[in-house]
Amino acid sequence: MNRVTLFFHKMGSPPWFYRVSGYVIPWLWAIFIVLTAIGLYLGLVVAPIDYQQGETVRIMYLHVPSAWMSMMIYGFMAIMGVIALVWRIRMMEVLVISSAPIGAAFTVIALVTGSLWGRPMWGTFWVWDARLTSELVLLFLYFGVIALYKAYDEPRKAARAASLLSIVGAFNLPIIYFSVVWWNTLHQGSSFTGDGPGIHPSMLWPLLIMATTMKFFYGANLLSRARLTLLKQDHRKRWVQDLLSEESSK
Amino acid sequence: MSQQVASTAFLALLRRDFLLAYRRRAELLQPLAFLLVVTTLFPLGVGPSPQLLASIAPGVIWIAALLATVLSLDSLFRSDYEDGTLEQMVMSGQPLALIALARTVAHWLVAGLPIVLLSPLLAMWMNLPDEGMSILIETLIIGTPVLSLIGAIGGALTVSLKRGGQLLSLLVFPLYVPLLILATGAVNAAVVGLPYTAQLTWMFVGLILALTLAPFATAAALKLSLS
Repeated sequence: MNRVTLFFHKMGSPPWFYRVSGYVIPWLWAIFIVLTAIGLYLGLVVAPIDYQQGETVRIMYLHVPSAWMSMMIYGFMAIMGVIALVWRIRMMEVLVISSAPIGAAFTVIALVTGSLWGRPMWGTFWVWDARLTSELVLLFLYFGVIALYKAYDEPRKAARAASLLSIVGAFNLPIIYFSVVWWNTLHQGSSFTGDGPGIHPSMLWPLLIMATTMKFFYGANLLSRARLTLLKQDHRKRWVQDLLSEESSK
Repeated sequence: MSQQVASTAFLALLRRDFLLAYRRRAELLQPLAFLLVVTTLFPLGVGPSPQLLASIAPGVIWIAALLATVLSLDSLFRSDYEDGTLEQMVMSGQPLALIALARTVAHWLVAGLPIVLLSPLLAMWMNLPDEGMSILIETLIIGTPVLSLIGAIGGALTVSLKRGGQLLSLLVFPLYVPLLILATGAVNAAVVGLPYTAQLTWMFVGLILALTLAPFATAAALKLSLS
Protein backbone atom coordinates (compact mmCIF):
# COMPACT_ATOMS: atom_id res chain seq x y z
CA MET A 1 0.00 0.00 0.00
CA ASN A 2 1.53 3.33 -0.97
CA ARG A 3 1.64 6.26 1.39
CA VAL A 4 -1.32 8.17 -0.02
CA THR A 5 -3.69 5.20 0.13
CA LEU A 6 -2.42 4.39 3.58
CA PHE A 7 -3.13 7.97 4.68
CA PHE A 8 -6.72 7.78 3.47
CA HIS A 9 -7.24 4.38 5.07
CA LYS A 10 -5.99 5.73 8.36
CA MET A 11 -8.23 8.79 8.07
CA GLY A 12 -11.19 6.42 8.19
CA SER A 13 -10.38 5.71 11.81
CA PRO A 14 -11.95 8.24 14.21
CA PRO A 15 -9.02 8.51 16.69
CA TRP A 16 -6.59 9.04 13.84
CA PHE A 17 -8.87 11.55 12.16
CA TYR A 18 -9.29 13.39 15.45
CA ARG A 19 -5.55 13.65 15.93
CA VAL A 20 -4.63 14.68 12.37
CA SER A 21 -7.46 17.20 12.03
CA GLY A 22 -6.32 18.74 15.31
CA TYR A 23 -3.00 19.61 13.66
CA VAL A 24 -4.63 20.87 10.45
CA ILE A 25 -7.39 23.07 11.83
CA PRO A 26 -5.22 25.91 13.24
CA TRP A 27 -3.48 26.24 9.87
CA LEU A 28 -6.80 26.40 8.04
CA TRP A 29 -8.04 29.12 10.39
CA ALA A 30 -4.77 31.04 10.00
CA ILE A 31 -4.93 30.95 6.21
CA PHE A 32 -8.60 31.91 6.37
CA ILE A 33 -7.93 34.95 8.54
CA VAL A 34 -5.01 36.20 6.44
CA LEU A 35 -6.79 35.68 3.12
CA THR A 36 -10.03 37.23 4.41
CA ALA A 37 -8.15 40.28 5.62
CA ILE A 38 -6.53 40.69 2.19
CA GLY A 39 -9.76 39.95 0.33
CA LEU A 40 -11.88 42.31 2.39
CA TYR A 41 -9.28 45.08 2.13
CA LEU A 42 -9.09 44.72 -1.65
CA GLY A 43 -12.86 44.39 -1.95
CA LEU A 44 -14.05 47.03 0.48
CA VAL A 45 -11.27 49.62 0.15
CA VAL A 46 -9.19 49.20 -2.99
CA ALA A 47 -11.75 47.98 -5.55
CA PRO A 48 -13.52 50.77 -7.46
CA ILE A 49 -17.23 51.42 -7.06
CA ASP A 50 -19.53 50.36 -9.84
CA TYR A 51 -20.74 53.19 -12.05
CA GLN A 52 -24.33 51.95 -11.82
CA GLN A 53 -24.48 50.19 -8.47
CA GLY A 54 -22.27 52.55 -6.47
CA GLU A 55 -20.97 51.25 -3.15
CA THR A 56 -23.52 48.46 -2.97
CA VAL A 57 -21.46 46.46 -5.44
CA ARG A 58 -19.20 45.58 -2.51
CA ILE A 59 -21.83 43.19 -1.18
CA MET A 60 -20.80 41.03 -4.12
CA TYR A 61 -17.53 40.06 -2.39
CA LEU A 62 -19.51 38.28 0.29
CA HIS A 63 -22.61 37.37 -1.65
CA VAL A 64 -21.16 35.63 -4.71
CA PRO A 65 -18.65 33.39 -2.86
CA SER A 66 -21.38 32.39 -0.37
CA ALA A 67 -23.70 31.39 -3.19
CA TRP A 68 -20.90 29.37 -4.80
CA MET A 69 -20.15 27.69 -1.49
CA SER A 70 -23.81 26.86 -0.88
CA MET A 71 -23.93 24.86 -4.10
CA MET A 72 -20.46 23.36 -3.80
CA ILE A 73 -21.10 22.04 -0.29
CA TYR A 74 -24.30 20.32 -1.39
CA GLY A 75 -22.36 18.65 -4.20
CA PHE A 76 -19.69 17.59 -1.70
CA MET A 77 -22.34 16.15 0.60
CA ALA A 78 -23.73 14.04 -2.23
CA ILE A 79 -20.27 12.74 -3.20
CA MET A 80 -19.37 11.99 0.41
CA GLY A 81 -22.82 10.45 0.82
CA VAL A 82 -22.14 8.01 -2.02
CA ILE A 83 -18.82 7.06 -0.44
CA ALA A 84 -20.47 6.70 2.96
CA LEU A 85 -23.23 4.43 1.67
CA VAL A 86 -21.25 2.33 -0.80
CA TRP A 87 -18.13 1.69 1.29
CA ARG A 88 -19.84 2.18 4.66
CA ILE A 89 -17.18 4.56 5.91
CA ARG A 90 -18.29 6.09 9.15
CA MET A 91 -16.04 9.16 8.88
CA MET A 92 -17.81 10.09 5.64
CA GLU A 93 -21.20 9.92 7.34
CA VAL A 94 -19.89 12.27 9.99
CA LEU A 95 -18.55 14.64 7.32
CA VAL A 96 -21.87 14.70 5.44
CA ILE A 97 -23.73 15.59 8.60
CA SER A 98 -21.16 18.19 9.63
CA SER A 99 -21.37 19.83 6.19
CA ALA A 100 -25.12 20.37 6.19
CA PRO A 101 -25.36 23.24 8.74
CA ILE A 102 -22.40 25.03 7.12
CA GLY A 103 -23.98 24.77 3.68
CA ALA A 104 -27.32 25.96 5.03
CA ALA A 105 -25.59 28.93 6.68
CA PHE A 106 -23.90 29.88 3.41
CA THR A 107 -27.25 29.65 1.65
CA VAL A 108 -28.82 31.96 4.23
CA ILE A 109 -25.92 34.41 3.88
CA ALA A 110 -26.29 34.39 0.09
CA LEU A 111 -30.04 35.01 0.37
CA VAL A 112 -29.78 37.73 3.02
CA THR A 113 -26.95 39.65 1.35
CA GLY A 114 -28.80 39.32 -1.94
CA SER A 115 -31.92 40.81 -0.39
CA LEU A 116 -29.97 43.66 1.15
CA TRP A 117 -28.44 44.38 -2.25
CA GLY A 118 -31.78 43.99 -4.03
CA ARG A 119 -33.55 46.60 -1.92
CA PRO A 120 -31.59 49.65 -3.20
CA MET A 121 -30.92 48.15 -6.65
CA TRP A 122 -34.18 46.49 -7.65
CA GLY A 123 -36.36 48.41 -5.18
CA THR A 124 -37.48 45.24 -3.44
CA PHE A 125 -36.09 42.74 -0.95
CA TRP A 126 -37.37 39.75 -2.85
CA VAL A 127 -38.36 38.87 -6.40
CA TRP A 128 -39.16 35.39 -7.66
CA ASP A 129 -36.17 35.46 -9.92
CA ALA A 130 -34.77 32.13 -11.10
CA ARG A 131 -31.55 32.32 -9.11
CA LEU A 132 -33.22 33.51 -5.94
CA THR A 133 -35.86 30.83 -6.15
CA SER A 134 -33.44 27.98 -6.80
CA GLU A 135 -31.26 29.18 -3.92
CA LEU A 136 -34.34 29.13 -1.69
CA VAL A 137 -35.21 25.60 -2.78
CA LEU A 138 -31.60 24.64 -2.05
CA LEU A 139 -32.09 25.98 1.48
CA PHE A 140 -35.15 23.75 1.86
CA LEU A 141 -33.11 20.78 0.66
CA TYR A 142 -30.55 21.54 3.38
CA PHE A 143 -33.36 21.86 5.94
CA GLY A 144 -34.67 18.48 4.84
CA VAL A 145 -31.28 16.82 5.33
CA ILE A 146 -30.80 18.42 8.76
CA ALA A 147 -34.36 17.68 9.89
CA LEU A 148 -34.11 14.05 8.80
CA TYR A 149 -30.84 13.68 10.69
CA LYS A 150 -32.32 15.18 13.85
CA ALA A 151 -35.43 13.01 13.64
CA TYR A 152 -33.56 9.73 14.13
CA ASP A 153 -32.35 8.59 17.52
CA GLU A 154 -29.48 6.45 16.33
CA PRO A 155 -26.75 8.74 14.96
CA ARG A 156 -25.34 6.29 12.40
CA LYS A 157 -28.71 5.42 10.93
CA ALA A 158 -29.57 9.11 10.91
CA ALA A 159 -26.38 9.95 9.06
CA ARG A 160 -26.96 7.25 6.47
CA ALA A 161 -30.55 8.43 5.89
CA ALA A 162 -29.29 12.01 5.52
CA SER A 163 -26.60 10.83 3.09
CA LEU A 164 -29.19 9.07 0.95
CA LEU A 165 -31.42 12.13 0.95
CA SER A 166 -28.56 14.40 -0.06
CA ILE A 167 -27.78 12.10 -3.00
CA VAL A 168 -31.42 12.20 -4.14
CA GLY A 169 -31.44 15.97 -3.68
CA ALA A 170 -28.22 16.44 -5.65
CA PHE A 171 -29.75 14.46 -8.49
CA ASN A 172 -32.70 16.82 -8.47
CA LEU A 173 -30.76 20.03 -8.00
CA PRO A 174 -29.83 20.62 -11.67
CA ILE A 175 -33.38 19.71 -12.71
CA ILE A 176 -34.76 22.17 -10.17
CA TYR A 177 -32.36 24.84 -11.34
CA PHE A 178 -33.19 24.50 -15.03
CA SER A 179 -36.93 24.22 -14.45
CA VAL A 180 -36.87 27.36 -12.32
CA VAL A 181 -34.89 29.24 -14.97
CA TRP A 182 -37.39 28.11 -17.55
CA TRP A 183 -40.35 29.05 -15.33
CA ASN A 184 -39.02 32.50 -14.71
CA THR A 185 -38.25 33.26 -18.35
CA LEU A 186 -41.77 32.19 -19.23
CA HIS A 187 -43.38 34.51 -16.73
CA GLN A 188 -41.21 37.60 -16.85
CA GLY A 189 -37.98 38.84 -18.32
CA SER A 190 -34.85 38.23 -16.29
CA SER A 191 -34.32 41.01 -13.78
CA PHE A 192 -30.67 41.30 -14.60
CA THR A 193 -28.99 40.39 -17.85
CA GLY A 194 -26.68 37.51 -17.00
CA ASP A 195 -22.95 38.01 -17.36
CA GLY A 196 -22.31 41.08 -19.42
CA PRO A 197 -18.79 41.99 -20.49
CA GLY A 198 -15.89 40.60 -18.45
CA ILE A 199 -15.18 41.76 -14.92
CA HIS A 200 -12.25 44.13 -14.32
CA PRO A 201 -9.21 42.61 -12.55
CA SER A 202 -9.50 45.11 -9.68
CA MET A 203 -12.87 43.54 -8.87
CA LEU A 204 -12.05 39.99 -9.95
CA TRP A 205 -9.10 39.55 -7.59
CA PRO A 206 -10.92 40.34 -4.33
CA LEU A 207 -13.78 38.12 -5.51
CA LEU A 208 -11.45 35.20 -6.22
CA ILE A 209 -9.61 35.69 -2.93
CA MET A 210 -12.88 35.75 -1.02
CA ALA A 211 -14.05 32.63 -2.85
CA THR A 212 -10.79 30.87 -1.91
CA THR A 213 -10.81 31.96 1.70
CA MET A 214 -14.31 30.57 2.16
CA LYS A 215 -13.04 27.13 1.15
CA PHE A 216 -10.60 27.34 4.05
CA PHE A 217 -13.39 28.48 6.34
CA TYR A 218 -15.45 25.50 5.24
CA GLY A 219 -12.53 23.15 5.79
CA ALA A 220 -11.77 24.46 9.27
CA ASN A 221 -15.41 24.57 10.30
CA LEU A 222 -16.13 21.12 8.83
CA LEU A 223 -13.23 19.47 10.63
CA SER A 224 -14.11 21.15 13.94
CA ARG A 225 -17.71 20.03 13.64
CA ALA A 226 -16.70 16.52 12.66
CA ARG A 227 -14.41 16.32 15.71
CA LEU A 228 -17.22 17.43 17.98
CA THR A 229 -19.64 14.93 16.44
CA LEU A 230 -17.07 12.15 16.93
CA LEU A 231 -16.58 13.09 20.58
CA LYS A 232 -20.33 13.10 21.15
CA GLN A 233 -20.91 9.76 19.41
CA ASP A 234 -17.91 8.02 20.93
CA HIS A 235 -17.96 9.52 24.40
CA ARG A 236 -18.09 6.08 25.97
CA LYS A 237 -15.34 4.61 23.84
CA ARG A 238 -11.81 3.94 24.90
CA TRP A 239 -10.05 6.49 22.71
CA VAL A 240 -12.18 9.38 23.96
CA GLN A 241 -11.68 8.28 27.56
CA ASP A 242 -7.93 8.13 26.96
CA LEU A 243 -8.04 11.54 25.34
CA LEU A 244 -9.94 12.99 28.29
CA SER A 245 -7.54 11.59 30.86
CA GLU A 246 -4.64 12.87 28.76
CA GLU A 247 -6.20 16.33 28.69
CA SER A 248 -6.96 16.41 32.40
CA SER A 249 -3.46 15.26 33.36
CA LYS A 250 -1.92 18.19 31.48
CA MET B 1 -37.22 -18.93 -13.79
CA SER B 2 -36.29 -16.19 -11.35
CA GLN B 3 -37.84 -13.65 -13.69
CA GLN B 4 -41.09 -15.51 -13.54
CA VAL B 5 -40.94 -15.68 -9.76
CA ALA B 6 -40.26 -11.94 -9.61
CA SER B 7 -43.22 -11.08 -11.78
CA THR B 8 -45.43 -13.39 -9.72
CA ALA B 9 -44.25 -11.65 -6.58
CA PHE B 10 -44.93 -8.28 -8.18
CA LEU B 11 -48.48 -9.23 -9.10
CA ALA B 12 -49.13 -10.88 -5.75
CA LEU B 13 -48.04 -7.69 -3.98
CA LEU B 14 -50.30 -5.59 -6.18
CA ARG B 15 -53.23 -7.92 -5.47
CA ARG B 16 -52.60 -7.77 -1.76
CA ASP B 17 -52.38 -3.99 -1.79
CA PHE B 18 -55.65 -3.66 -3.68
CA LEU B 19 -57.34 -6.00 -1.25
CA LEU B 20 -56.03 -4.00 1.69
CA ALA B 21 -57.13 -0.77 0.05
CA TYR B 22 -60.56 -2.20 -0.67
CA ARG B 23 -61.01 -3.26 2.94
CA ARG B 24 -60.14 0.22 4.13
CA ARG B 25 -62.24 2.19 1.69
CA ALA B 26 -62.94 5.02 4.12
CA GLU B 27 -59.23 5.72 4.48
CA LEU B 28 -58.94 5.92 0.71
CA LEU B 29 -61.50 8.65 0.51
CA GLN B 30 -59.70 10.88 3.00
CA PRO B 31 -57.10 12.34 0.59
CA LEU B 32 -59.82 12.92 -2.00
CA ALA B 33 -62.05 14.73 0.47
CA PHE B 34 -58.97 16.68 1.46
CA LEU B 35 -58.40 17.60 -2.19
CA LEU B 36 -61.96 18.91 -2.50
CA VAL B 37 -61.79 20.88 0.74
CA VAL B 38 -58.45 22.50 -0.07
CA THR B 39 -59.64 23.52 -3.53
CA THR B 40 -62.80 24.98 -2.03
CA LEU B 41 -60.75 27.14 0.30
CA PHE B 42 -59.13 29.03 -2.57
CA PRO B 43 -62.24 30.77 -3.99
CA LEU B 44 -63.22 31.56 -0.40
CA GLY B 45 -59.78 32.97 0.31
CA VAL B 46 -59.01 34.95 -2.83
CA GLY B 47 -62.55 35.86 -3.89
CA PRO B 48 -64.95 34.39 -6.43
CA SER B 49 -63.80 36.46 -9.44
CA PRO B 50 -63.89 34.04 -12.42
CA GLN B 51 -60.86 35.63 -14.14
CA LEU B 52 -58.73 35.42 -11.01
CA LEU B 53 -59.76 31.83 -10.34
CA ALA B 54 -59.10 30.85 -13.96
CA SER B 55 -55.60 32.33 -13.81
CA ILE B 56 -54.63 30.46 -10.64
CA ALA B 57 -56.57 27.27 -11.43
CA PRO B 58 -53.68 25.08 -12.71
CA GLY B 59 -51.48 26.02 -9.78
CA VAL B 60 -54.21 25.48 -7.20
CA ILE B 61 -55.23 22.09 -8.55
CA TRP B 62 -51.64 20.92 -8.80
CA ILE B 63 -50.74 22.12 -5.32
CA ALA B 64 -53.85 20.44 -3.93
CA ALA B 65 -52.75 17.24 -5.71
CA LEU B 66 -49.26 17.52 -4.16
CA LEU B 67 -50.74 17.98 -0.68
CA ALA B 68 -53.17 15.09 -1.09
CA THR B 69 -50.38 12.80 -2.33
CA VAL B 70 -48.06 13.64 0.54
CA LEU B 71 -50.91 13.08 2.96
CA SER B 72 -51.39 9.55 1.69
CA LEU B 73 -47.64 8.82 1.45
CA ASP B 74 -47.09 8.68 5.19
CA SER B 75 -49.03 5.43 5.40
CA LEU B 76 -47.35 3.93 2.31
CA PHE B 77 -44.95 1.67 4.19
CA ARG B 78 -46.00 2.35 7.77
CA SER B 79 -48.41 -0.48 8.54
CA ASP B 80 -46.14 -2.98 6.77
CA TYR B 81 -43.24 -1.69 8.83
CA GLU B 82 -45.12 -1.85 12.09
CA ASP B 83 -46.46 -5.39 11.76
CA GLY B 84 -43.21 -6.80 10.37
CA THR B 85 -44.49 -7.49 6.84
CA LEU B 86 -41.80 -5.27 5.40
CA GLU B 87 -39.08 -7.39 6.99
CA GLN B 88 -40.65 -10.50 5.53
CA MET B 89 -40.67 -8.85 2.11
CA VAL B 90 -36.98 -8.04 2.41
CA MET B 91 -36.30 -11.62 3.56
CA SER B 92 -38.27 -13.06 0.64
CA GLY B 93 -35.21 -12.80 -1.60
CA GLN B 94 -37.06 -10.85 -4.26
CA PRO B 95 -35.32 -7.67 -5.42
CA LEU B 96 -36.28 -4.96 -2.97
CA ALA B 97 -36.54 -2.36 -5.74
CA LEU B 98 -39.21 -4.48 -7.38
CA ILE B 99 -41.15 -4.69 -4.12
CA ALA B 100 -40.84 -0.93 -3.72
CA LEU B 101 -42.06 -0.45 -7.28
CA ALA B 102 -45.08 -2.71 -6.72
CA ARG B 103 -45.95 -0.78 -3.60
CA THR B 104 -45.60 2.52 -5.48
CA VAL B 105 -47.70 1.36 -8.43
CA ALA B 106 -50.43 0.29 -6.03
CA HIS B 107 -50.19 3.64 -4.29
CA TRP B 108 -50.62 5.49 -7.56
CA LEU B 109 -53.60 3.39 -8.59
CA VAL B 110 -55.46 3.96 -5.34
CA ALA B 111 -54.28 7.51 -4.50
CA GLY B 112 -53.01 9.12 -7.70
CA LEU B 113 -55.51 7.94 -10.26
CA PRO B 114 -58.54 9.18 -8.26
CA ILE B 115 -56.95 12.65 -8.27
CA VAL B 116 -56.83 12.49 -12.07
CA LEU B 117 -60.45 11.38 -12.20
CA LEU B 118 -61.51 14.11 -9.83
CA SER B 119 -59.61 16.87 -11.63
CA PRO B 120 -62.34 17.81 -14.17
CA LEU B 121 -64.64 18.69 -11.28
CA LEU B 122 -61.92 20.79 -9.65
CA ALA B 123 -61.15 22.49 -12.96
CA MET B 124 -64.81 23.35 -13.37
CA TRP B 125 -64.96 24.81 -9.86
CA MET B 126 -61.86 26.86 -10.53
CA ASN B 127 -63.30 28.11 -13.79
CA LEU B 128 -60.42 26.74 -15.87
CA PRO B 129 -61.02 27.53 -19.57
CA ASP B 130 -61.96 24.53 -21.73
CA GLU B 131 -58.67 24.75 -23.67
CA GLY B 132 -56.80 23.86 -20.48
CA MET B 133 -59.03 20.97 -19.39
CA SER B 134 -57.61 18.09 -21.41
CA ILE B 135 -54.04 19.23 -20.94
CA LEU B 136 -54.58 19.49 -17.17
CA ILE B 137 -55.71 15.88 -17.14
CA GLU B 138 -52.73 14.88 -19.27
CA THR B 139 -50.25 16.58 -16.93
CA LEU B 140 -51.88 14.85 -13.98
CA ILE B 141 -51.72 11.45 -15.70
CA ILE B 142 -48.01 11.90 -16.37
CA GLY B 143 -47.24 13.75 -13.15
CA THR B 144 -49.03 11.89 -10.37
CA PRO B 145 -46.97 8.67 -10.89
CA VAL B 146 -43.85 10.79 -10.45
CA LEU B 147 -45.31 12.19 -7.23
CA SER B 148 -45.82 8.62 -5.96
CA LEU B 149 -42.37 7.44 -7.10
CA ILE B 150 -40.42 10.32 -5.56
CA GLY B 151 -42.68 10.41 -2.54
CA ALA B 152 -42.01 6.72 -1.88
CA ILE B 153 -38.34 7.60 -1.22
CA GLY B 154 -39.45 10.04 1.45
CA GLY B 155 -41.97 7.57 2.83
CA ALA B 156 -39.30 4.91 3.09
CA LEU B 157 -36.84 7.28 4.78
CA THR B 158 -39.34 8.33 7.45
CA VAL B 159 -41.09 5.01 8.01
CA SER B 160 -39.19 4.12 11.17
CA LEU B 161 -39.87 7.52 12.73
CA LYS B 162 -42.85 7.93 15.01
CA ARG B 163 -44.22 11.07 13.46
CA GLY B 164 -42.97 11.32 9.92
CA GLY B 165 -45.78 13.35 8.35
CA GLN B 166 -44.47 16.88 8.50
CA LEU B 167 -40.90 15.81 7.97
CA LEU B 168 -42.02 13.90 4.90
CA SER B 169 -43.49 17.04 3.34
CA LEU B 170 -40.27 18.95 4.05
CA LEU B 171 -38.30 16.20 2.34
CA VAL B 172 -40.36 15.77 -0.81
CA PHE B 173 -41.84 19.18 -1.62
CA PRO B 174 -38.52 20.67 -2.82
CA LEU B 175 -38.15 17.62 -5.08
CA TYR B 176 -41.60 18.26 -6.55
CA VAL B 177 -40.71 21.80 -7.67
CA PRO B 178 -39.72 20.97 -11.29
CA LEU B 179 -42.84 18.90 -11.83
CA LEU B 180 -45.11 21.64 -10.50
CA ILE B 181 -43.44 24.22 -12.72
CA LEU B 182 -43.66 22.10 -15.86
CA ALA B 183 -47.25 20.98 -15.29
CA THR B 184 -48.71 24.40 -14.51
CA GLY B 185 -46.58 25.88 -17.30
CA ALA B 186 -48.08 23.43 -19.79
CA VAL B 187 -51.65 24.16 -18.71
CA ASN B 188 -51.10 27.92 -18.73
CA ALA B 189 -49.55 27.69 -22.19
CA ALA B 190 -52.49 25.66 -23.49
CA VAL B 191 -54.99 28.17 -22.08
CA VAL B 192 -53.43 31.07 -23.98
CA GLY B 193 -52.97 28.96 -27.12
CA LEU B 194 -49.20 28.47 -26.96
CA PRO B 195 -47.49 25.14 -27.74
CA TYR B 196 -47.02 22.94 -24.68
CA THR B 197 -45.34 19.87 -26.17
CA ALA B 198 -41.95 20.79 -24.65
CA GLN B 199 -43.32 20.78 -21.10
CA LEU B 200 -45.13 17.50 -21.60
CA THR B 201 -42.01 15.91 -23.10
CA TRP B 202 -39.91 17.01 -20.15
CA MET B 203 -42.53 15.64 -17.79
CA PHE B 204 -42.22 12.33 -19.63
CA VAL B 205 -38.47 12.49 -19.15
CA GLY B 206 -39.12 13.01 -15.46
CA LEU B 207 -41.50 10.06 -15.39
CA ILE B 208 -38.98 7.75 -17.07
CA LEU B 209 -36.15 8.88 -14.80
CA ALA B 210 -38.31 8.48 -11.70
CA LEU B 211 -39.62 5.09 -12.85
CA THR B 212 -36.13 3.71 -13.45
CA LEU B 213 -34.21 5.31 -10.58
CA ALA B 214 -36.61 6.06 -7.72
CA PRO B 215 -37.40 2.39 -6.83
CA PHE B 216 -33.69 1.79 -6.16
CA ALA B 217 -33.48 4.82 -3.88
CA THR B 218 -36.67 3.65 -2.14
CA ALA B 219 -35.20 0.18 -1.73
CA ALA B 220 -32.01 1.63 -0.24
CA ALA B 221 -34.07 3.77 2.12
CA LEU B 222 -36.18 0.79 3.20
CA LYS B 223 -33.10 -1.29 3.90
CA LEU B 224 -31.73 1.58 5.93
CA SER B 225 -34.94 1.99 7.90
CA LEU B 226 -34.98 -1.72 8.75
CA SER B 227 -31.31 -1.88 9.77
